[in-house]
Formats: sequence, C-alpha cells, structure tokens
Amino acid sequence: MSLLGQHILLISFGQFDKNFLEQTAAVVKASFGLPVNISINYEELTKYYDPMRRQYDADKLIKYIQFEYRRTDAKAIGLFRVDLFIPILTYVIGQAVFKGSAGVVSLFRLKNELYGLPKDEQLLFERFYKEIIHELGHTFGLSHCVNPACVMHPSIYIEEVDQKEARFCMKCSGELEKE
Amino acid sequence: MGNNNVSLLIVDDEESVRDSLYNWFMEDGFRVRCAENAKEALEMLEAGSFDIILADIKMPGMDGLEMHRRIKVLNPEAIVIVMTAFASVETAVQALKDGAYDYITKPFDPDDLSHLIRNAAKQVEMKAENEALRNRIVSLENIEDIVGRSEAMIKVLKEVESVAQSNSSVIITGESGTGKELIARAIHSNSARKFFPLVTVHCGALSEDLLESELFGHEKGAFTGAMFNRKGRFETADGGTIFLDEIATISGKMQIELLRVLESKMFVRVGGNKEIKSDFRVICATNRDLKKMVEERAFREDLYYRLNVVNINIPPLRERTEDVPMLVTHFIKKYCISMSRDLVSIEPAALKRLEQYDFPGNVRELENMIERAIVVGNGKEVRLKDLPFRADTPVNISESLQDVEKNHILQILNKFDWNISRSSKALKVDRVTLYNKIKKYDLKKQKGKG
Repeated sequence: MSLLGQHILLISFGQFDKNFLEQTAAVVKASFGLPVNISINYEELTKYYDPMRRQYDADKLIKYIQFEYRRTDAKAIGLFRVDLFIPILTYVIGQAVFKGSAGVVSLFRLKNELYGLPKDEQLLFERFYKEIIHELGHTFGLSHCVNPACVMHPSIYIEEVDQKEARFCMKCSGELEKE
Repeated sequence: MGNNNVSLLIVDDEESVRDSLYNWFMEDGFRVRCAENAKEALEMLEAGSFDIILADIKMPGMDGLEMHRRIKVLNPEAIVIVMTAFASVETAVQALKDGAYDYITKPFDPDDLSHLIRNAAKQVEMKAENEALRNRIVSLENIEDIVGRSEAMIKVLKEVESVAQSNSSVIITGESGTGKELIARAIHSNSARKFFPLVTVHCGALSEDLLESELFGHEKGAFTGAMFNRKGRFETADGGTIFLDEIATISGKMQIELLRVLESKMFVRVGGNKEIKSDFRVICATNRDLKKMVEERAFREDLYYRLNVVNINIPPLRERTEDVPMLVTHFIKKYCISMSRDLVSIEPAALKRLEQYDFPGNVRELENMIERAIVVGNGKEVRLKDLPFRADTPVNISESLQDVEKNHILQILNKFDWNISRSSKALKVDRVTLYNKIKKYDLKKQKGKG
C-alpha cells in the first residue's frame, strides 16, 4: 500500500455544517497530502440502532460504508453525531479497519458538555479532526503509538485526545511513507 | 519489549466479538490470533504458545473454565483473562482460583480493557526481563570459574577482553576439559550482546537430522514426532551469541548449511518455507586440529575461514601447573559452599601430588577430584588419600635410587618436549644440574619425540 494515488473521502452522516466539513477536509488534506473529497449520505440510521444499548453499531456502519463506497477506491471515513459502539465495548469514539478502506468517527463523546464542561466549538473541532486523522492512520496500516503527542496515540480518555497533536510523530511519519 | 512482541489469543464463539477485539489489539500493535471455540484454541496452543489469552467463559462444547485448566497444562506461562457476558461471582472466583489473571465482563469499558491488557503486557515484559537478568547473573557468575595467573591464562583472558567487543566469529581450541565453554561465556558476558541469550549447542551429541532441527527449528508435521512448531537455536539466539561446541563433528551437509546461514543470517525452519532472520554472533569450540581437517578435506575451507576470524587457544593444565594451587583453592571454596560445609584446607603432600600430575582430563578432572575429595574427606582438609589417584607408580623393588632418578628425569624431559628451562623448573633444579644429570645418565631425545 502506498500513499501515491490514494485519496480520502469524508462522508457526512449527520447534520454537519458545510463550513465545518470543509475546514475538517482541509486539515486532513494538509495532514496526509492527499486529495480529500466530501460526500453527504442520507442513509436511514435506525437499522444500525441497538435499542438495548441506545447506541449505533460501528461495525455494521463500517460494513455499510465498505460496501456502498467500494467503487470509489478511497479511504472512506463516516462522520457521525450519534453515540457509537462495537459489541465488545461500551462505546467507541472512532473505529477503522486496520489496513482497510473504511472507518467511522463520532462527535458524540468529544463534546465538552458530556463531561460537565462548558461548550467549546473550537475544541470540539480540533478533537474531531484529530480522531479522523487517527482512524485514517489505521486504514493506512499504522498501529497505536506510544508517543503521547503523536496523533496515533490511543485516546481512551478525552484528555488524551487533547494532549495529542494533529500530526504524526517522526516514527509514524516514516511508517506512513513506507506504507 | 513493544506490544508487537506480545502474542495474544482471543477465544470467543461470537464472530463480532472476535473481529472487534482483533481489530482493537491489532491497532495496539499486538500479534493477534483468534479461535472460535475451545477445541480450535487448544489446537493453536499445541502448535505454539501465546503470552496473553482472552477466553470467553461460556462457549459451546467446552466451557471457558475447563478450557482454562487445559491451557494451564499446555501453556502454563500464559496470562489468561476470562471474559463473560454474565457477571457471576462464583465463576469469577473459580477462574481466579484456577490461576486466571483477571476477569472482565462484556461489554467492556474501553478504559478497563486498556488498563487490563496494558498491565498484562507489562507482566509479560517483566517476566522476559527477569529471565534475561537471571541468565545474565548466571553468565557473570560462571566467569569466576576462569581461574589462573599463569602467563598462558593471562594471555587467554586478554584475548577474551579484546575480542568480546567485536562481532567477529571466534574459534576456541583446547583439549577436552580446558574450559572452552567458560571462555565462550566470558566473551558473551563481556560483549554488547550480554543482555541477550547465549545459546549453547553440543554438536557432537546430535545426529545430522537432529542437529538440523535443533539449529533451524521445525514446523509442526515436518517429520514424525514434530508435534509442534519449534524455534531453532539460531532463532533463540537473536540478539545474542550461539556457541557451537564440538564443531569439528558436524557433517559435510551441515557445514554447507551453516556456511549459508553465517553468510546471510537467514534460514528456513525444517518443513517450513518462511525465511527467518536472526542477528547472532558465532563462537565455536573444538579439541581437534581444524586446519589439519581442512587439509585432509574433512572440514570445508570456506567455513573454516568464516569461523576462524579469531582463534583462542586454551593451554592444557599440565602446561600451566602454576595455576593448580589457585584452582584447588577455588574448587574447594566452590564445593564447600555448595555442600554447606566449613571451608577445608589441603594437605601439602596432596597439593604437591596434584602439581606433579599430568591431568589428561585438564581442569575438569581437577574439579572432579576436589569435589570427590570433599565428599569422602574428613571435613577438615583434603588429604592425599582422598584424591582418586590410582595406586600408580607401583614400587619396583629391584629398581635402584639412581634408576628412579634417571627414569623420572627422562619422563619430565619427554613431557616438556626436551625444553630444558621448563623441565628444570618442573624438577626444581637449575639448568646446569639438569644438563649434568642428562650427561651422567646418558639421556637422549628419542626420535619422533618432537
């Protein structure tokens, strides 16, 4: 897998502001140096909803994206506002297929309000694009990084998302170029 | 040790659980495999071991607790974490009683799972580090066994010191029992590779086929009896040193194989097709004359030159008799401590006899003699009668004192290849006296004796 000839597709599954999506795409483009397109998807999400857990199944959504966008040949990341889960975990902020073509990221757990803190749109935006870059990193074959400032550092806590930067460390940059 | 050195097995009958966990741990850089039931998991464990096993407690066929007990038989070192969808105190207690590392309830909080696996991986890492440190201590202790202040031994130790820092191949030559393996350990323990394994292979003890599988490892089913995948010694020595003892005994085929591996540092397990890379240093030992074997075409010349970058020759004990008292003291101390006895001394007559002895079995023979003497002795001193000398030098009553002197001088001269300085030193007379005795008894160097 080489970055050469690759392109990225950001798919909006919620009501995201056009300006917000374009800004996100610009940051992602700068991060990977690859063309980034935006697509709007109107898929009915109720079929991915688990009433017992009151969350949306990230694995099923990834499968949908893989199938629906298979012809684009892009690294496709679905962007959501709803709370996501995978069967084995109580929640996920994002999820991607390792060295695969699809992933998902949700704003839900990135909002300050969830942690009893005042709303902060700028911070939310920063957290969101960091997680998108992180999941895209997995699709390009990057594992989690031990460097807390690297975007590939795993973020279990919201503080860890804030602690890391929106860029790859030297080691991960090297790996990415190799990939 | 990074996560990519930690192997993880996920056992769950639900595909979605396996896939999710597989993805989660792959992202964390672990080496992950999945099994959908206990049978499959146990088959995988028979083929190879895992560091961490995450096993569902409720599965069709065999439940997680039973599987856990069987895992402990096949892979006792593995850290087993039991998972269940039904939190039950009884099963949790039972799993922990059976030696499970921890217990986690589905669905997991990402925070809990992350902490649990991080701690388990840390434990795996600490165990490996502990083992490496323990090996290192053993190696360092063993260096103390190299005893000697003779010029010959000081020369050997200087060579060890200078060669240790390099990565060059070394051939250690010397008679049986001179301590070739100790010198190999000393080189390894003083090198930059000291924190990695020193792997010893006694080539002479293994048949060609066994040696091949021992050195390169084998895949399950490669031959009758190959029940599991097995790492070879070259693979185990990654980062460290491989010590090939009795190198002169290997077959022509193995010589070719060995040369190829030494040149490429790549090899394939017996019955396998994947090339494995390993970074090791080679030290060989032999009590044979390899150069002569090359001339006789019994040993490959290209392999000889590849191995013989540095040659360290350990002199036999009879050529450094001045080291005997120090070695005796060292072995007395060693065995008194290991047998929890008070330190004993040595009777002067016993020491004198040892200094005069030839030691065909070299230092090993001396060590065995001292060990035996301490076992059978009176607990105060090592006496001449405690030493296992045969009732040698039977007394010939028809022999005159002059005959005895003549024969003794001749024996010593022959032993030191008619080197007058060394012979006079051994006889504790000056060179002039020795010349006079040679003249007096009309002693002559026999043809063929040097």
